[in-house]
Amino acid sequence: MDRAAASAIIRAPTKPIYRRLGDAWFQTIVVGLGITIMLLAVVLAWVLLSDGWEPLRIFGFFGFLTGTTWDPVRNDYGTWPFIVGTLITSVVALALSFFPALGVAIFSAEYAPRWLASIIDTIVDLLAAIPSVVVGIWGIFVLVPFMQNNVYLPVYFWTFENAPQLLPVVGPPAGYNLVTATIVLALMIVPYTTALARDAIRLVPRSQREAARALGATRWEVMRMAVIPYARGGIVAGAILSFGRAIGETMAVAMLVGNSNTLPFTFFGPAATMPSVIVNEFREAVENLHLASLMTVGFYLFLISLVVNLIAAWMQRRFAVAGRSI
Amino acid sequence: MAVITPAEPQRKRLAEVTPANLRRRYLRDRMMVGILVLATLAVLIPLLIIVWYVVSNGFQAVLEPTFWTSDLGSPARALRGTDTGLGHTILGTLVVDGIALLIAVPIGIGAGIMLSEYPDHPLNPSLRILNDTLNGMPAILKGLLAFALIVKPMGTFSGLSGGVALAFVMLPIVARATEGVLRIIPWSIREAGLALGLPRWRVVLNTVLPAAKVGVVTGVLIAFARAAGEAAPLLFTAFGNNFFSSTPLRYVFGPVDTLPARLYSLAISPYREWHAMGWGAGVVLLMFVIVTFVVSRIATRQRHQADM
Repeated sequence: MDRAAASAIIRAPTKPIYRRLGDAWFQTIVVGLGITIMLLAVVLAWVLLSDGWEPLRIFGFFGFLTGTTWDPVRNDYGTWPFIVGTLITSVVALALSFFPALGVAIFSAEYAPRWLASIIDTIVDLLAAIPSVVVGIWGIFVLVPFMQNNVYLPVYFWTFENAPQLLPVVGPPAGYNLVTATIVLALMIVPYTTALARDAIRLVPRSQREAARALGATRWEVMRMAVIPYARGGIVAGAILSFGRAIGETMAVAMLVGNSNTLPFTFFGPAATMPSVIVNEFREAVENLHLASLMTVGFYLFLISLVVNLIAAWMQRRFAVAGRSI
Repeated sequence: MAVITPAEPQRKRLAEVTPANLRRRYLRDRMMVGILVLATLAVLIPLLIIVWYVVSNGFQAVLEPTFWTSDLGSPARALRGTDTGLGHTILGTLVVDGIALLIAVPIGIGAGIMLSEYPDHPLNPSLRILNDTLNGMPAILKGLLAFALIVKPMGTFSGLSGGVALAFVMLPIVARATEGVLRIIPWSIREAGLALGLPRWRVVLNTVLPAAKVGVVTGVLIAFARAAGEAAPLLFTAFGNNFFSSTPLRYVFGPVDTLPARLYSLAISPYREWHAMGWGAGVVLLMFVIVTFVVSRIATRQRHQADM
């Protein structure tokens, strides 16, 4: 603010009415905008529940949860196959990506010289911003053909000749399957886990490292004994947040998972997840019950995401050190 | 303050200083450096490969002038080689993203001001929890919300509903970022304003917000980069459209095309020509996100330098 404007404001006669009314108005507006966000979160839950009420009434809360058929033709719906698909892909993706992500975070926060660390950080943050559909198109035209020729077909033929009893587990070698979706999901959450772990490690006080070094610890021992235990809560909370991200990841998975609504899923056969079934069927759902069932799947997705996020928030508070959240 | 002591076996390991022990520890130290470097390469290289594939496959489509000026039409156009492109998609994306910004920026910044400038407000704890909840929800659910709130009552898919869905994605990020940057503005600045006799709202609008301007803009840009790449909520709100809309109003109140959603439908289409355009859409989308990201990076860096 330049000086003339400042003095103009100050010299302006500030009637009490202007002061008090202005403040009251401003606070009302700001609080109103805050309440808008609060309402949105509540309305989101309420809309999913009320629009998805019909299937819950017909099949029951647990009946819909554990129902294994999803058949729009016979109007019989259950969300269990999608929950299984979502959990398998997300858990395995997190397991695949956690240690590499932690490695990158440690390397950039502790080992790399400053110029290299800033390059790595920029690339990681940039990669976290790659849109899901862009990864999806790469998956369709590059990853799927590659995996089909070099992994799925050879493994399938090997099992066919040597261990035919395993065929029901391996499944038909469709390129679009659980394995492809999981690999892509792991790639997509790696930057996210890395960024959160890196922030947690950066918050570890210097004195913690110096104390361990003074005891004669090597660089890795400093990490193992002083840094990682201190940042543990933040790292785990970050991993849980990434898990939440993986659960809701929609487009890349929908493009690569193959979209089959029937259990049991096999390694190389098509499968489905909760977001993928919503994306694939919502626009084509004509039956009211079909549309409502997709809303109900959304409601269960809401519940799972809510639990995962609450656990992450609890972890962050639980392991907060000296009033700073890690 | 939590004091973390080395566990018993680790303490023992440090205590024995024999040459053999030392050599083993140094060896392990060096091995770990190798493993960490490998992990870094293993993470960064596949993701950079994705970027490289998109750019190398898509740049040819982007170089065609008709890609920018023409609309898509039916697949027959692409198969026969007549004019076809994604001009209408890019226009639609700008409209939908603009609507999202118009909605998300005032509400998000307002909520951020509430959290940082009225720290004692009784609603703040619940706002923080609900804001984080909203932030953690998958974007597709926000699309369902926009569908239920806008598309169903209006009876038609529209650019407006797409913009609202993306605004739901941006809102919690903007609110949190605004709170974060307003918090680091020292209280002495507010006190200086109040001491001059300014009412509180002018202190916020004329001293706090200008001081935090760069940070707020950065937060908005990050939220924007995140929302601009979302396709899932747009599929059943903005829906898609193969042609330029007949009137400007139709972009807001009728179904419109957006880059992420169009990229999806091009990628799963059976036509080779459309696949090429899909890669092109990928390049445009990627550039869109990267430019937003780089601008926010530069802004943050300048702020850091100004601080020092």
